[in-house]
Amino acid sequence: MQALTPTAAAIELREIEKSFGTVHAVRGVSLRIEKGAITGIVGENGAGKSTLMSILYGLYRADAGEIRVDGRPVAMASSREALGHGIGMVHQHFMLVDTFTVLENLVLGAEGGPLLAGGLEAARAELARLAREYGLSVDPDARIADLSVGEQQRVEILKVLFRGARILILDEPSAVLTPQETDRLFGVLASLRERGVTVVLITHKLREIVAVTDHVCVMRRGRVVAERRTADTNVEELAELMVGRKVRLDLDKIPPRLGEVLLRAEHLSLVDGRGVRRLDDVGIELRAGEIVGIAGVSGNGQSELLQVLSGIRAPDGGRLTVCGRVIDADHPGDPAEMRDLGVAHVPEDRLRQGMVAAFEASETSILGYQGRAPFTSYYLLDGPAVVAHCADLMERYDVRPRLPTLGSSLFSGGNQQKLVLAREIARQPRVLLVGQPTRGVDIGAIEFIRRELVKARDAGCAVLVVSVELEEILSLSDRILVMFAGRIVGEVEPGETNEPALGLLMAGAAAA
Amino acid sequence: MTVRRRTALGPLPAWAEIVVLPLVNIALAFVVVGVIVAIIGIDPFHALRLLVLGAIGSSESIGYTLYYATNFMFTGLAVAVAFHAGLFNIGGEGQAYIGGLGCGLAVLALGDVVPGWFLVPLAIAAAALFGAGWAAVPAWLQAWRGSHIVITTIMFNFIASALMVYLMVNVLIAPGSMTPASRAFAASGWIPSMHDVLRAAGIPIAASALNLSIVLALLCCFAVWVFLWHTPGGYALRTMGHSPEAAVYAGTNLKRTTMVAMCFSGALAGFVGVNELMGVHHRIVLDFPAGYGFAGIAVALMGRNHPLGVMLAALLFGALQQGGTELAFEIPSITREMVVVIQGLIILFSGALVHLPRPWLQYLFASRY
Repeated sequence: MQALTPTAAAIELREIEKSFGTVHAVRGVSLRIEKGAITGIVGENGAGKSTLMSILYGLYRADAGEIRVDGRPVAMASSREALGHGIGMVHQHFMLVDTFTVLENLVLGAEGGPLLAGGLEAARAELARLAREYGLSVDPDARIADLSVGEQQRVEILKVLFRGARILILDEPSAVLTPQETDRLFGVLASLRERGVTVVLITHKLREIVAVTDHVCVMRRGRVVAERRTADTNVEELAELMVGRKVRLDLDKIPPRLGEVLLRAEHLSLVDGRGVRRLDDVGIELRAGEIVGIAGVSGNGQSELLQVLSGIRAPDGGRLTVCGRVIDADHPGDPAEMRDLGVAHVPEDRLRQGMVAAFEASETSILGYQGRAPFTSYYLLDGPAVVAHCADLMERYDVRPRLPTLGSSLFSGGNQQKLVLAREIARQPRVLLVGQPTRGVDIGAIEFIRRELVKARDAGCAVLVVSVELEEILSLSDRILVMFAGRIVGEVEPGETNEPALGLLMAGAAAA
Repeated sequence: MTVRRRTALGPLPAWAEIVVLPLVNIALAFVVVGVIVAIIGIDPFHALRLLVLGAIGSSESIGYTLYYATNFMFTGLAVAVAFHAGLFNIGGEGQAYIGGLGCGLAVLALGDVVPGWFLVPLAIAAAALFGAGWAAVPAWLQAWRGSHIVITTIMFNFIASALMVYLMVNVLIAPGSMTPASRAFAASGWIPSMHDVLRAAGIPIAASALNLSIVLALLCCFAVWVFLWHTPGGYALRTMGHSPEAAVYAGTNLKRTTMVAMCFSGALAGFVGVNELMGVHHRIVLDFPAGYGFAGIAVALMGRNHPLGVMLAALLFGALQQGGTELAFEIPSITREMVVVIQGLIILFSGALVHLPRPWLQYLFASRY
């Protein structure tokens, strides 16, 4: 062990290099991660932060460079070795067995003998100790499938601690969490730090960095471009460092020029298969030329609202009038018909709904419009026309790389979202429904996407934005509706409210 | 927590995926086959030579190889089409059987009534219709009732088999006959054999079971390719196969697309009846699908569910079938069962274990950079 100086480094990376074929992902990165502190690593998608952490965690091998843990150089050849050095990683996508209990997941890979019982009892005792020590309480006998997303993440963290990790790497931990769950996570991270655990937080959400970290390291194009004490920096400076130029996420919006009502929902209700009322007496009026934001903690009916408005599901009660067409339980619409009416929809779940990961980008660029001219003529798809269309969208909406034949899944999140948005906006829809416009999207693309949405509104499109990012709702919307438990519980003007006030509404405080 | 290090290796180049990987699979299979053959005391190279010569050594053996390949193409395409829709059609066997019943009934009923140029297309359409109909029931059960298509299509194989036995023994059996086969088809309902056609064109080849059904099979390969990749319907079908959520979002009716995919699949399988009954037996017989429906799964798997790949895989399977038969004939100690083992191993390696050598190849390709 090194002598414990106040600034002892838990991990030191020296001149790390990594290339994939012709892509130079990490270029001579040197980095110190302080012991017992929370270090944030920020950067846009593709900046190399995930690659760097994968090298640290033994998933990739560095082409050159040295890794030191507690001052000793180590060869990190596998995740098992990384764990042996006390380094544990919590992945963005949970690696839990849904049908197992918390305890069974915990001992997975560390069962401790041919019979489970002994290992399980030891694990139960260890879990109780971890819960006491770090304040990470989870019911050991609960099934993973029954836990909330926030609790599942807690199990992931416990799994890593259970294996003796003293250095915790979290990859985009808040991507799947509600604001409340994110706060709770940060509480947990702070208490881990109190107990001397070193935390590395990979994220592109700058507010979180500022809220929770002690040090921050900014990566751009494979290099570390800045290291700061969090106390000495701010969101604006970090954003500029990340992108390499000034970024303005606040939008200069002209006042909306309201037109006719294009979409009117009256007393919409929807009951799901388990008898839970997902939408309850929802009324919305959407006019041409305005952006209406739907705020709310995820899971309060926003997804179902989008499904009903876009024709994917028929409402059980109430009615929906879209550009003159009336939709109710007896006269359901379908997504194709809604497209004919001029309703475009950028879905919440980009990867599963908005595109087909296995398709080429050009194929994704006609999803939902495949049967129309100019893509189909005489019952046959016109391949060159589809590719030309995609190339045109890529040019106009700055989708990179500009390769229509590249697999959709090989684009970064931001570029995928730009492609989906381009597909929907380029047809100049009358109504645009957008779910989570910038989820998992890097900051440069966020700026672009928000400006495009405002552009569409200024062109007379009626835009409905559903987002769990309050800051996004506040900056985009002309009016804000707050959803809680399937109801619209409040309507506010963005100029007359702020995040705490909205947060209260979202938590149902005003719902009588 | 165990993260496979394989994730660090990139995907294979397309040509390696399509050409090298299957070849490595086949080579591996032959190595294991060679060991087994050596164990029973036969020179594996001698056996291999006989196998290859038996498959492609003469115009007769090539004819039989292509005749078998025709069946494999039909059933391989059937599995591939359903697979692209995310549906696993295990019922090719039953659909082929009932498809044969369809064309057989058409020829038996109209054989002496309408001319051949009208009868043959009609009977082919009947095979497609019956095959599609036999696939439509499991498809309907899956689309509207949520019954798993793998289970229902397997069950329908048994039902088809039992139904055909009943029909052949009690209804369609030729009067006065002791064997459960129908009366012979009228000649107007025959698909011309290849040696007759070529002889008429002045190219004499040895007689074999090969008939013009292979042209239908090649047309089907082309049609499947056009449908899947060049029509909006095929696009919707593939979207459903990859991501049902995306298909719903795009406005695709999943129930209808499930029906379309399975009916298309069943129709393709039904064409086995055309090749077997109209092309060779010239009567309805029992058990003519003879496992082609099941082998179609391996053919589709090996052919990467692409019509061109299915065509190549069908040729290989056809060659194995024909070569294996010759092998058993030439070397008495290699029994019929031994040939089945050999075929089984090749199916195992190129079908079920198709991904076995991938990491090695990936490693090989990755280390070149």
